[in-house]
Amino acid sequence: MSVRTLIAAALAAGLIAVAAAPAAAQGQRDWDDILEEARGQTVYFNGWGGSERVNAYVARAADRVLEEHGVRVRHVRVGDISEVVSRILAEMTAGRTDSGSVDLMWINGENFAAMKRNGLLGPPFTHLLPNYALVDTEGLPTTLVDFGEPVEGLEAPWGMAQLVFLYDTARLEDPPRSMLELQDWARQNPGRFAYPQPPDFHGTTFLKQALIELVDDPDIVQYPVEAVDFDAVTAPLWAFLDALHPHLWRGGRAFPQSGPQLIQMLDDGTIEIAFNFNPAEASAAIADGQLPPTVRTYVFEDGTIGNTHFVAIPFNARSRAGAMVFANFLLSPEAQLRKEDPQVWGDPTVLDVDRLPPPWPERFADLDRGIATLTAAERGRPLLEPHASWMNALEAEWQTRYGQ
Amino acid sequence: MADPIRAVAAESLAGRAAPRPADPAASRRPRAGRLLAAVPVLTLVLFLAPIAVGLFGTWIPAFGYLPALGGTEAGLGPWRTLFESPSLPGAVQLTLLTGFLSTALALILSLGLCAAWHGSRMMAAARRALAPLLAVPHAALAIGLMFLLSGSGWLARGVAAGSGVLGMPVWERPPVFGMVQDPWGLALTFGLMLKETPFLMLMIVAASGQVRIERTLAVARTAGYGPVTAWVKTVLPQIYPQIRLPVYAVLAYSLSVVDMALILGPSTPPPLAPLVLRWFNDPDLTMRFVAAAGACLQLLIVAAGIAIWYGAERLIARVARPWLSGGHRGGSGRVARAATGGGMALALLAAAVSLAALAVWSLAYRWRYPDLVPSAWTLGTWDRNLPALAWPAWTTLGVGAAATAIALVLTIACLEYEQRAGVRPTTRALWLLYTPLLVPQIGFLFGMQVLLVVLRLDGTWPALVWSHLLFVLPYVFLALAEPWRALDERYVRTAACLGAPPWRVFWRITLPMLLRPVLIAAAIGFAVSVAQYLPTLFAGAGRLTTLTTEAVGLAGGADRRVIAVYAFAQMSLPLIGFAVALAVPALLFRHRRGMRA
Repeated sequence: MSVRTLIAAALAAGLIAVAAAPAAAQGQRDWDDILEEARGQTVYFNGWGGSERVNAYVARAADRVLEEHGVRVRHVRVGDISEVVSRILAEMTAGRTDSGSVDLMWINGENFAAMKRNGLLGPPFTHLLPNYALVDTEGLPTTLVDFGEPVEGLEAPWGMAQLVFLYDTARLEDPPRSMLELQDWARQNPGRFAYPQPPDFHGTTFLKQALIELVDDPDIVQYPVEAVDFDAVTAPLWAFLDALHPHLWRGGRAFPQSGPQLIQMLDDGTIEIAFNFNPAEASAAIADGQLPPTVRTYVFEDGTIGNTHFVAIPFNARSRAGAMVFANFLLSPEAQLRKEDPQVWGDPTVLDVDRLPPPWPERFADLDRGIATLTAAERGRPLLEPHASWMNALEAEWQTRYGQ
Repeated sequence: MADPIRAVAAESLAGRAAPRPADPAASRRPRAGRLLAAVPVLTLVLFLAPIAVGLFGTWIPAFGYLPALGGTEAGLGPWRTLFESPSLPGAVQLTLLTGFLSTALALILSLGLCAAWHGSRMMAAARRALAPLLAVPHAALAIGLMFLLSGSGWLARGVAAGSGVLGMPVWERPPVFGMVQDPWGLALTFGLMLKETPFLMLMIVAASGQVRIERTLAVARTAGYGPVTAWVKTVLPQIYPQIRLPVYAVLAYSLSVVDMALILGPSTPPPLAPLVLRWFNDPDLTMRFVAAAGACLQLLIVAAGIAIWYGAERLIARVARPWLSGGHRGGSGRVARAATGGGMALALLAAAVSLAALAVWSLAYRWRYPDLVPSAWTLGTWDRNLPALAWPAWTTLGVGAAATAIALVLTIACLEYEQRAGVRPTTRALWLLYTPLLVPQIGFLFGMQVLLVVLRLDGTWPALVWSHLLFVLPYVFLALAEPWRALDERYVRTAACLGAPPWRVFWRITLPMLLRPVLIAAAIGFAVSVAQYLPTLFAGAGRLTTLTTEAVGLAGGADRRVIAVYAFAQMSLPLIGFAVALAVPALLFRHRRGMRA
């Protein structure tokens, strides 16, 4: 590096620092205003409420923002966040542009795309959150592009998820490691596999995982579904399901209703193989008395789907400032560390751990991830979710074929 | 207030005020009396207006008109989409099967019990045993049945353990079939039957009190008729007209149930009402038009169902006439006794074990199949969930208390007016009173929600209390009307002769003397409020949740131990209500022998 470039670099760095300093000060002032406004507000946080651990985590986080910032958070537990999208859309069509019923929602993928498409999200807000700067946007591209949909500051990353399969080593020695192996296995072990009924997101994820494995060219699912020949692309998927269903639990005539139900069924011995979107779910369930200690997790040979989940603020939120304060807290090293702790929840963090100030990197490193949790290296690079538009298309087609 | 409404209201709810001259008090009724006279009208408006508006608000979008969602042109589009839906035929078939079968079974069982065991100690015992079941919310019972009958449920565990003891082990792993969510809806039918039998029995017993049943039976028995035959031939034709409305209410409920169907029913496809709810919640808002059409279809199905039932009544009456008057004396009724007694015992056992399963699961730490009892216990599930449970629990309590209090005030005012004005309600009034129980909830709650959104009342306490009041009021009225009318008028007259003004008579004589039935009516009203699922879902708009909505939401798949905690809490509230209703008079009147029941 020549002296000139060094000087130029230093100058540039200085310039950036000079420019950034007032910006940072400005940001701090804005944030102080937001904190001020948020004090005393009640935030209705709508999210999937099907996991006790998640609910306990949210309750604890709510306590923390109440004591630190005087923001009261009400966790409205829903079965599926699409119900909430539908309600907000109804509010908009009814002309309710303020005092909507939702302040913050747990969201990603097609639901985010639908909100964005219909203008149901407020202005971008993540740049206002001090903790957003800690997010590992480079190492985790899914924090910027959600199921093919650019995030554009409209939702704040909350956690990472990757599909893992669970089995009890005391009962099963060599679990199937691809969809086709699974099909063979199910034929030999009738009634001992099940997947939740779409549109439950675990069920839909199973369809997407199968689709990615079965199509000739997996890249094709990155395009919007309108841009491809849906029938032709998905034909292998339906052929696969047609062959699989007779060998499912209860002959594929009844389906479990959620991912957590699979865990329970695995414990019962009703099924032999379960799956979950939380890599640490198995360890946590073992610690919690829901699974025997012999359960382990694994991923398929060619990888499994992974994604990021977010929190977003609807356009007509009543307590926008309070929602931002809560979103910022959820991104704090404290909250993210708890989230990654399998005793608490177990979701991998969205933060760039190495960039965190001490003592946080050590604390993340010291986490006991549990007996059945794979390391990031063992999980491998997650497969990209299909484009958001695939979800509804797959669910509708599934409903027509198998939901009658 | 428009005059026609007032006229209908006054005539129907307060009865035909026909013998005017015989009612000299009417002309010099004090001011309070006039206020009182307005209550029946007010009650009807509070009560029927939301249903009328709700029905309107559901039928209009069913024909494609709902400008807020971009539907500005009326047409048959939504109906076409509805009838093209591949899920519809199966859903309708399932609805009819479960609705008719469960109602028929509940009616046969309750009538059979009353006929076969009339006047026996077994009958009294059955009534006592069934009473708590009346208070248990549908959802809690359904969740308990799920714990009992699912593939890894208590029953399967029992079979596994029993067969193991006998040395012929079966089901060491959970059977691949399950008895809940079966494609024929049999589990749902069973659950509905279990829940509705106590209600019908209560209605039969109440109706029996109105006819001279002992005398009739005595005459029939001396003529040589067997006990069961005597009851069926002489008592049943007299009391059936009186339980007809309750039977229709049960039929309407069973044809349109949502919470029990979500828990016990199949999902590919579900019965019509849950299917319609699924459409309402579809992210694709145009599906709401189809949902509205489905809700209207639901209403039509219930109306047709009641008509078919009525037709069947007629048919049976005609076909049975030769038998009724044919002089067959019938046997000792031993078979009928055994059958109904056995059925009852089985039903009670299933209910008791289901509810016990709730308690056990809520205290289990580790309870793996095929263990009969948990291998490790904990209070931790309660401990961890109490904070989150507190908020919906308070909402449940608050809404239940408010709706019950309003219903009590309105009911008592109506009954006081009725008593002071000396009028009796007509059959038409009873039909009006039963309206919310006959119209399927999903048939008008969507329209009511639109109204609430327009009024900006959705997700607020007044809206939630109002929506519960619609269902609480009829039950409170039904529970209180008979005791109120049965109060010996001479007490009131004596007090009035001693110079007490009407309000003083009311507070010092009427209310204390009727405290016990008032509290029982309140407990019933509270139990009805606690059990409401769909009204809470629609009026609460997600902001206000009760133990019921939480329990049904969790039942889809969360940790069984957590589901059990919520269902147990949901079941406990109404039972505590009944305990209070029984304890308070006992405590207050402990020094008054005459006031002890």
